[in-house]
Amino acid sequence: MNSFHLILRYFSASLRSQLQYPGSAIMLGIGAFLTTIIDMLAAWALFDRFGQVQGWGLGHIAVFYGVVSTSFALTDFFTRGFDVFGGEFVKTGAFDRILLRPRSPALQLVGYEFRLSRFGRLAQALLVLFVGAAVVGVDWTPDKVLLLAWTITGGVALFTGLLVLQASFAFWTTESLEVFNVLTYGGIQAAQFPLSLYAAWFRNFLIFVVPLGCVAYYPVLAILDQPDPLGAPDWWLPTAPAMGFAFLAASFLAWRAGISRYTSTGS
Amino acid sequence: MPQILVEDLAKTYRVAERDPGLLGAVKGLVHRRHRTVQALRDVSFSLEAGELLGFIGPNGAGKSTTIKILSGILKPDAGVVRVNGRVPFTDRIAHVSRIGVVFGQRTQLWWDLPVAEGFDLLADIYRVEPARYRANRDELVALLRLERVLDQPVRQLSLGQRMRAEIAAALLHEPDILFLDEPTIGLDAPSKLAVREVVRRLNRARGVTVLLTTHDMHDIEALAQRVIVIGHGQVLADSPFETLRANVLAERRLVVDFAHEAPDLASMALALPGVEVRRRKGQTLELAFDPARTPTPNLITALAAAHEVVDIHVGEPAIEEVIARFYDLHGAGEA
Repeated sequence: MNSFHLILRYFSASLRSQLQYPGSAIMLGIGAFLTTIIDMLAAWALFDRFGQVQGWGLGHIAVFYGVVSTSFALTDFFTRGFDVFGGEFVKTGAFDRILLRPRSPALQLVGYEFRLSRFGRLAQALLVLFVGAAVVGVDWTPDKVLLLAWTITGGVALFTGLLVLQASFAFWTTESLEVFNVLTYGGIQAAQFPLSLYAAWFRNFLIFVVPLGCVAYYPVLAILDQPDPLGAPDWWLPTAPAMGFAFLAASFLAWRAGISRYTSTGS
Repeated sequence: MPQILVEDLAKTYRVAERDPGLLGAVKGLVHRRHRTVQALRDVSFSLEAGELLGFIGPNGAGKSTTIKILSGILKPDAGVVRVNGRVPFTDRIAHVSRIGVVFGQRTQLWWDLPVAEGFDLLADIYRVEPARYRANRDELVALLRLERVLDQPVRQLSLGQRMRAEIAAALLHEPDILFLDEPTIGLDAPSKLAVREVVRRLNRARGVTVLLTTHDMHDIEALAQRVIVIGHGQVLADSPFETLRANVLAERRLVVDFAHEAPDLASMALALPGVEVRRRKGQTLELAFDPARTPTPNLITALAAAHEVVDIHVGEPAIEEVIARFYDLHGAGEA
C-alpha cells in the first residue's frame, strides 16, 4: 500500500473514532465557525468607522483574510499530530512507537488525526473569501481560479512548515511550544491586512522570515488586479506562494535534526 | 553469523537536573545542569535464530536501553550491533519491518478503534499481503483467544485482553524476532499464563526468536532457556537458567514440623556442616543447607533420630531470592 492510500486509511480510521461521538464533532465544528466569524466582525467594526485605509476597503480585507484562513483551515485538518507532538509523543515516549513502524514518522503523524471539526473554520473562511471577492468584483476567470488554488496550496505548505517546526522544537524542549500560536493564529490576524500597512521591519519579517506575505498578500494582489503599492515587480506576485514550499523544506531539515537528536538521547 | 550480535555496546545519557519548586524551574531555563548516567558500559552477547532469551536485572540496569538499541530507536555511543545482518538505527525501516516489539506499559493499538480495525491498519502500515494477513490474523486470534474482543474498542479491554491483543498486533507482519519488554507487568495470574503459553508456542512452532525482559522470575523460569543478568550496564551472567540457579545458590531449604517445640539445633550437637537455622517458631524449624556438604537424607535422618518429627518439606529458595542474592554478590542492587 503506498503512502497516499495509507494516509486515506488513517483518515478513515480517525473519522470513525471521532464519529463515536458525533455530537461532539458537530458542536466543535459549529463552535469553530462562530468563533472565527468574530475575526471578521472586528475588521467590519474597524472599517465601518474609518471606511477605507490607504485605499483598501472591507471587501479587500475579506479576500486577504479568506485566502490565508482557508489555507490554515485546510492545514488544520491533518496537522494535529505535529501540533500536539511535544506533549503526546515526545514527553510520553510514544514517539518510540512511531519509530518502530516501517513508515516515515511525518507520514504517521499526518495520519494521527483528521480533524473533522475543522469544517466549521473552512466553511467560514471560504464564505468570507467569496463574499469579499464579490464585493470588490473579482472576475473568476480560469487563470484566477488556478492562481487561487496555487496560493492556497502555498499557504498550506507554509502553515504545515510552521507546525513541523513547532514539533521539531519539541525534540529539545519536550513540551509543545505555545509560542508558535503567535505565528499561526497571530499570522492569520497579521496577514488579513495588506502588508503595505505595516512598518518595514514587520513587513520584512512577513516576507523573509515567516513568509506569510508571500502566500497571501502578493498573490492576492494579482487576484485583485492591483499592482504592489510597495513596488514589487508584477511577475513576483503570482510566483510568491513558492516561498511556502521553501519554508516547508527548511522545516523538514529541522525535523530531521530533531529525530536524529531523539535517537541519540532517547528522550 | 548469529541473528543478533552485540559487541562492546556503550550508552551514556545526559539527564537534566533542576532544583525543586518554581525557583528551580526558572533557574533551569537559564542554566541547565546535567548529570551523566552510564546506562550501558560494555555489553556483548549474541543470539542464534530461534533462541528464547530472558533478560533480567534491577530497574536502571540497562535492559530497556538494550532493547531500544536493538529495535533501532536508539543509537549507541559505541559498539557493534547487528540484527539479521543489519545495523538497526541506520537501516531503520528495513529493520523494523522484520521485528515485533511489545512494551508492556504502552499500547501500539488505537485507543478508540476496535481491535480488528487496528489490526487492519497495522497490516497496511507493514504492507502485509492481504491473503497472508488474513491467514495470519485468524491464527493469532485463535491462539490468543481474541475472538470476543475483536469488535471492542481498545479502551474497553481489560489489561490481560489488551496485552494479548498487543502481542497479536506485534506479530501480524510475521517478524523473525520478537522483543518483549515486561509483557506480564500488572497482569492477573491467568493472563500471565496465557501470555507465557503464547510466547512459548510462537518460539517452538514458528521459530520466532524471543528476547524478553521481565521482573517476574516465573516468566523466566517458564520460558527462558538462557538468561542474561544485567546490572550497572554490564552483563553479569549469561548462562542457561538452571546453571544460573545452581551456581548462585546451591542452597536447599528444609522445613521440619516437630511433635513438640522445635529444638535448638546447637543443643542437639549434631555434626552437620553447612546447615543454618533460618527460622524457629513453635514446633517448626526452617533450615538452610548445602546438599554438597550435608546430603539431604543424612540431615533428615539425623533430625528424625534426635526428635519426634511430624512432617518434613524440602524446597528451594524462591527465584526472586536467587536473583536478589546474585545482585548483592555483584554489588548491583537497584541504583
